[in-house]
Amino acid sequence: MTAPLVSVDGIARHYAMRRGLLGRPVEIRAVDGVSFTLSAGETLGIVGESGSGKSTTGRVVLGLEPADAGSVAFDGAAMPAAGTATWRRQRARMQMIFQDPLGALDRRLPIAPQVREPLDIHEIGDEKARAARVADLLDRVGLSADHGRRFPHELSGGQRQRAVLARALATKPDFLVCDEPISALDVSIQAQVVNLLVDLQADLGLAMLFISHDLRVVRQVSRRVAVMYLGRIVEEGDADDLFARPVHPYTRALVSAAPTPGRRMADRVVLVGDPPDPADRPSGCAFHPRCPMAMSRCREVEPRLTEVAPGRRAACLLVDAAAAEPREGAR
Amino acid sequence: MTLSSHPLVRLERLSVAFDGVTVLHGIDLEIRRGETLGLVGESGSGKSVTWLAALGLLPKKAQVAGRVLLDGEDLLGAAETRLDDVRGGRIAMIFQDPASALNPVLTIRRQLGEALALHRGLSGREIGAEAKRLLDLVGIPDAERRLSAYPHEFSGGQNQRIMIAMALAGSPDLLVADEPTTALDATIQAQILDLLAVVRRETGMAMVLISHDLGVVSETCDRVAVMYAGRIVEEGPSAQVFDDPAHPYARGLIGALPPLDGSRRRLVSIPGTVPDPRDPPPGCAFAPRCLHATRDCTAATPQLEEVAAGRRMACILAVHRRALAHREIEFA
Repeated sequence: MTAPLVSVDGIARHYAMRRGLLGRPVEIRAVDGVSFTLSAGETLGIVGESGSGKSTTGRVVLGLEPADAGSVAFDGAAMPAAGTATWRRQRARMQMIFQDPLGALDRRLPIAPQVREPLDIHEIGDEKARAARVADLLDRVGLSADHGRRFPHELSGGQRQRAVLARALATKPDFLVCDEPISALDVSIQAQVVNLLVDLQADLGLAMLFISHDLRVVRQVSRRVAVMYLGRIVEEGDADDLFARPVHPYTRALVSAAPTPGRRMADRVVLVGDPPDPADRPSGCAFHPRCPMAMSRCREVEPRLTEVAPGRRAACLLVDAAAAEPREGAR
Repeated sequence: MTLSSHPLVRLERLSVAFDGVTVLHGIDLEIRRGETLGLVGESGSGKSVTWLAALGLLPKKAQVAGRVLLDGEDLLGAAETRLDDVRGGRIAMIFQDPASALNPVLTIRRQLGEALALHRGLSGREIGAEAKRLLDLVGIPDAERRLSAYPHEFSGGQNQRIMIAMALAGSPDLLVADEPTTALDATIQAQILDLLAVVRRETGMAMVLISHDLGVVSETCDRVAVMYAGRIVEEGPSAQVFDDPAHPYARGLIGALPPLDGSRRRLVSIPGTVPDPRDPPPGCAFAPRCLHATRDCTAATPQLEEVAAGRRMACILAVHRRALAHREIEFA
């Protein structure tokens, strides 16, 4: 077996937040013990709702935010400290794209120089090689040389996200973190960008961490998927299998909440209660107040992420208990 | 003929222009009592503008033409005092962002009370009782106590519930819900859609659901109208439109949605982007992005034609194909 390209081991990220003007600072565990590995050329999707810690996970993995616990290794070596020269060199091999392409681009500069900027910063190639690379990159993401001469506000949302993608690919990264890259785009444009991402991933052999709240899009681009809830992974497995046969009650509710054209609202699992407050994490299993299947034990015992089937991990006492007991016709 | 067979609301040739740029090109649409109609389309397609125009909520500089008939009465050009009665009383509207639609410095009791006093003429103790009943109806726990709370003390999903309660305060015949769940998480979206279904069952009000999310519309609505560049391009019963879309744009939209089960397929992507309303293409507005477009498509704007009962489409190719298929069935 080859060593994983990215290996994330028990990372945690805590913030202190003050409630109101005179409130005491409360500790928020945005990410709380997340582990996964990613091989070269593999895509891992992370799904979760707001406050699940999926974006923070992406930022910690890239070293944009320090981890309060745990470690991230890239290509077999621990991530160098942020801001150091080695880290900067390393960062050429890992890139990130965000939801809002307009915010990620400099409004005062045409597209082409912005795509070229990483090449200048990392001093890759000479003048001619850089110009050729920019033309190649624009072409790769479906933009013309004319688009390259325009300013960000002169492009549509989908074209801007293509420009951001071209810039992210400039340094030929091995690893790309995409944080809700298409959520701000219209449906027909989303499909264009999703197809482009899938093609680029296959052609360039990129490893990708694809973060989104949209189950459909995550399944489309990912082979494996991790579902996060309140800072932890609650289920992880093969994308097709996980959405077809979700094990964790939260994953089941998420899958059932995804509206499907042609299906009438029938026996949908509608969770009671509000999304959880990261500042007020429930005891035991964090999902228990909203779980339709919660037992009294769920309030006290924190479930661990354990393998429940080959290639499938879940953190749920119900599943864990079932795995420990003799099989009774189930599975 | 009974009164109920008349449409509740009927839009006739409704068009809107801003600074001489037409953004809505003559919409014809009917809402019957108690039905749910979905309006889908991407940003700039005119789905929200249609209803803002119908309810007189657009800024003064907007030029609105056509007719908006509520039980036969034209609302366009109606006196502002008449519109005040209609808005909230007969037709209520809720929006994507409930937090900005509620007043942050007033309690929920005050805001609900205002609507109840205005539209139902309630006062004093009646208001308190009715406000509590409405909060109960929309599923706010501990309604009695929560009436004294302010909007910031509620979550996004709860604020949307409160907006729905306020919309119900005037017992409207029609609720126009403009992207009511877009800002909410998936599990909360499911709750709100569920709530809207329950409320509709209990009150019998009609609903127009404006959404970019085909899945949400398909699950919630009896009928759907697909809009593109300020026009309705396809309309029909939800099941028919989603199972067998006819207009190439509707087909593209549905094909652009990644499947949640079964085998993965390459997504149908519609090339290009939405046309600029200041510089519309000749003929069919979708022609520049349409893979099937012919020279005829750019010659004239296709009209919305009825090809079967309740099924309308604005595409010369789709209409032609339906006609051919129909003839084949007749000969067979």
